[in-house]
Amino acid sequence: MPVLIPRNVDELVEVFQANPQAKLLAGGTDYMVEVNLHGRKPETMISLRRVKELTEWSVRTNQSRITIGAGVPYADMEVGEIARLVPALAQAARTVGSPQIRAAGTLGGNLGTCSPAGDSLPVLAALGATVHVIGPDGNRDIEFADFMVGVKKNSLQPSEFVHSVSLPLVEGWQGYAKVGTRNAMVISTASACLVRDSDEGFVAIALGSVGPTIIRAHAAESWLMKSTSLRGGSQLDPSIAQEFGRRVAQESRPIDDHRSTADYRRHAIGVLAQRLLTRSFS
Amino acid sequence: MSIYIPVSGAAQSHEMYSLRVNGLVHEVKDAWIGESLLYVLRERLGLPGAKGACEQGECGSCTVIVDSKAVCSCLVMAADAVDTEILTVEGLGPDGALTDVQSAFLSEGGVQCGFCTPGFIVAVHHLLENNPQPSDDEIRESLSGNICRCTGYGRILEAVRTVADQRRQNS
Ligand SMILES: Cc1cc2nc3c(=O)[nH]c(=O)nc-3n(C[C@H](O)[C@H](O)[C@H](O)COP(=O)(O)OP(=O)(O)OC[C@H]3O[C@@H](n4cnc5c(N)ncnc54)[C@H](O)[C@@H]3O)c2cc1C
Ligand code: FES
Ligand code: FES
Repeated sequence: MPVLIPRNVDELVEVFQANPQAKLLAGGTDYMVEVNLHGRKPETMISLRRVKELTEWSVRTNQSRITIGAGVPYADMEVGEIARLVPALAQAARTVGSPQIRAAGTLGGNLGTCSPAGDSLPVLAALGATVHVIGPDGNRDIEFADFMVGVKKNSLQPSEFVHSVSLPLVEGWQGYAKVGTRNAMVISTASACLVRDSDEGFVAIALGSVGPTIIRAHAAESWLMKSTSLRGGSQLDPSIAQEFGRRVAQESRPIDDHRSTADYRRHAIGVLAQRLLTRSFS
Repeated sequence: MSIYIPVSGAAQSHEMYSLRVNGLVHEVKDAWIGESLLYVLRERLGLPGAKGACEQGECGSCTVIVDSKAVCSCLVMAADAVDTEILTVEGLGPDGALTDVQSAFLSEGGVQCGFCTPGFIVAVHHLLENNPQPSDDEIRESLSGNICRCTGYGRILEAVRTVADQRRQNS
């Protein structure tokens, strides 16, 4: 059973089409845990590490969008230009695992695994990311909200892979916050990304680890936009922030599991929402 | 396209490939595709420096450098590491001599049972290569993927500061 090593996207499309049962391998930080500890038996593997296009990112200033390749590791999102352009993504990337995990783990791997605790995912949801997918029938763009369809389930079809993700560059404030049992090496108990577009007076908040998929708290967002001005220069009444937290918590759908309880998660997500909104005004 | 294929198409789990470790090319024969780089280094190539404890990326005792990045070798599929430059703790010093980082771990008491030590040594070399004068926060952050159950970390941090100071004075 071979490891197939394509060097560009065309070769990747070709080998994946010829080997639809093959498993994609990027940084291995999810997949190798399955092999080492959960009895997963790899057969044909397609390694993505040498596919150069997947490791690239670019900015289209005329469209105010950034496109980040699926093979870009967290280490490259934590600092530098990506961090300056999409600060919430950098904040999320910094919370992932440890330096060793961030050196290997990729954005595409987070989307491939599609765990509700995946730290990049609330950022993609809040910013309204588009996932660019390539498969045997060519390219397809999937809105993030349609990409993640359940716990560890995405809408990729056989022989399709994530090529890149494109995100709008937003004028205003954005931030990511995560609760876990310690600072390093922690899978989130609850997490949230808030984006406040101060030009448009628009807010979006997406919640991680409190439902089967990433949840956009649409009702709380619309309530907030009706209740207060979100444009640059405006002030926030603390009671509005508190009520926003309460409404966000209502939209979460957490469960009890080995990491935490539904009650705690619901409480924590409300606090995170209130805190992020308050930060966006300070 | 470089496709790595089994030598004998018949035997499904018997593979052959080569890895470049500490500057030398090693043939790996009769391997199973699911083997981690950690396993191959220790069990097939006679390089037991990297240690295995959790095999899930949490402890850092298996840290090695692959293409200039410090990674957990337990999470690298060995057969996917063909065409990379792998550096292990065995390859840090010339001819088995101690490096300045290893000496500082000894002099500062950063080694007790020693199980975590190779992973820390590799992580510290990597840190100081990329950031010769790290702040305390930067040292802590860069070693946050390495667990030590003995020392309480204080003496390990001291060893890192010692090397950073020595290198500054010598430069
Ligand atoms: C110790 C440890 C700590 C961790 N901490 C965190 C954390 O704090 N937050 C977090 O979110 N995650 C965490 N993770 C999980 C993991 O690091 C991330 O999910 C990471 O993004 C996976 O990326 P990868 O490149 O390593 O994926 P891989 O393991 O290579 O692949 C994961 C899955 O995605 C598929 N895949 C990979 N690339 C693509 C692609 N381009 N298109 C389609 N499918 C693809 C693979 O086939 C596989 O099913 C942790 C893991 C470990 C071991
Ligand atoms: S054995 Fe690899 S991190 Fe623990
Ligand atoms: S010295 Fe024993 S684990 Fe670190």
